[in-house]
Amino acid sequence: MGSPMRIRAASDGEMIEVKVLMRHEMETGRRKGPDGELVPALYINAVTADYEGKRVFNGHWGPAVSKNPFLSFRFKGAAGGKVTVTWTDISGDTRTDEATVS
Amino acid sequence: MHALTPTRLSLALAAAGVAVIALLAAPQGLEAQGMEDDNPAVLWSMRGEELWATPVGPKQATLEDCDLGLGPGVLHGAYAQLPRYFEDSGKVEDLESRIVTCRMTLQGMSREQAEAGHFSATGEDSDMEAVVTYVVEQSQGIPMNAPSDHPAEQAAYAMGKEFFYFRSGPHDFGCVTCHSQDGLRIRLQALPNLAKPGGAAETYPSWPAYRVSQGTVRSMQHRLSDCLRQQRLPPVAYNSDLLIALTSYLAQESKGAPITAPGLKR
Ligand code: HEC
Repeated sequence: MGSPMRIRAASDGEMIEVKVLMRHEMETGRRKGPDGELVPALYINAVTADYEGKRVFNGHWGPAVSKNPFLSFRFKGAAGGKVTVTWTDISGDTRTDEATVS
Repeated sequence: MHALTPTRLSLALAAAGVAVIALLAAPQGLEAQGMEDDNPAVLWSMRGEELWATPVGPKQATLEDCDLGLGPGVLHGAYAQLPRYFEDSGKVEDLESRIVTCRMTLQGMSREQAEAGHFSATGEDSDMEAVVTYVVEQSQGIPMNAPSDHPAEQAAYAMGKEFFYFRSGPHDFGCVTCHSQDGLRIRLQALPNLAKPGGAAETYPSWPAYRVSQGTVRSMQHRLSDCLRQQRLPPVAYNSDLLIALTSYLAQESKGAPITAPGLKR
């Protein structure tokens, strides 16, 4: 299920800039917990973004991305449309949120 | 482990033993500008907004009628005027202790329930950290103006100031031991000079802050408790008179400085 993302999307008339903050532990699988045991890996490995039904971003992530990741990208487009962002982690947990481009 | 923000980049480089002097300018710039688009604190603020309006406790009430000093439910600018003396509780309260008071009076919780989970631990989010972030965000850009008219507010300031200079503990440290010189840092973290005029104003208004190294927002009381631990003093109680006094001292010393919190720190 995951916690809500924060998505900001703004167009300058030509390009849309999308900024996304995600709440995720992004466990690398290499960190030891207080009990001295390795904490199992749990990180987002797939991120996609659609604009008006069209795929505009497709990312394959690994354990080197920080906890609570920030993602920013740009593509051609004007205000008014909807950007939908989805992440999926290696356990299969997934979260989708959307924002209207201002 | 490493994100693409300048903060993370400098941490990553530092871990690799690379000189990072030039890069360090970036996160300090970020702090000065307040909440940037890449500050994860916004996720805490979103959760805090939800928690603020969620009915909980024996009275199944929300926090929406909580009076933070400017009247029930008024959040805009309230943080700029804390800590302050409250007639109803007869005490000087900072934001955290005031929220606890509201949880007790409005939501009917015991003190123990109201203070539960005030600092997050690994895998356990803190409602207090989220609520505090939300409330503080409503004062962004507003100059600090913690009142000092009431004798209790003056007494809290005086106690905080006295403690700041008071040396104690196994190393005979005071706050002043670590916080009275310019330009010092410990590892990558700037060590602010809080003893010079205007020193507190450079850092107090940036708290609470998202700590990249801890992956969470930390409140002012957490910051101070951690410094007291570094001073090798026994743990101080949450919302204790000492923490409120130190907060009152730093807040009143910050008069006029615009609130940039939630900050972003290493
Ligand atoms: C042993 C040295 C030491 C003592 C004593 C100490 N501090 Fe600190 N203080 C630090 C360090 C180190 C940091 C930065 C730590 C970090 O970022 O994790 C810090 C950070 C702070 C900050 C936040 C600065 C920022 O980054 O914005 C404040 C405020 C502060 N201390 C206040 C106090 C007060 C008040 C006291 C006395 C109760 C005190 N400190 C005692 C070492 C000390």
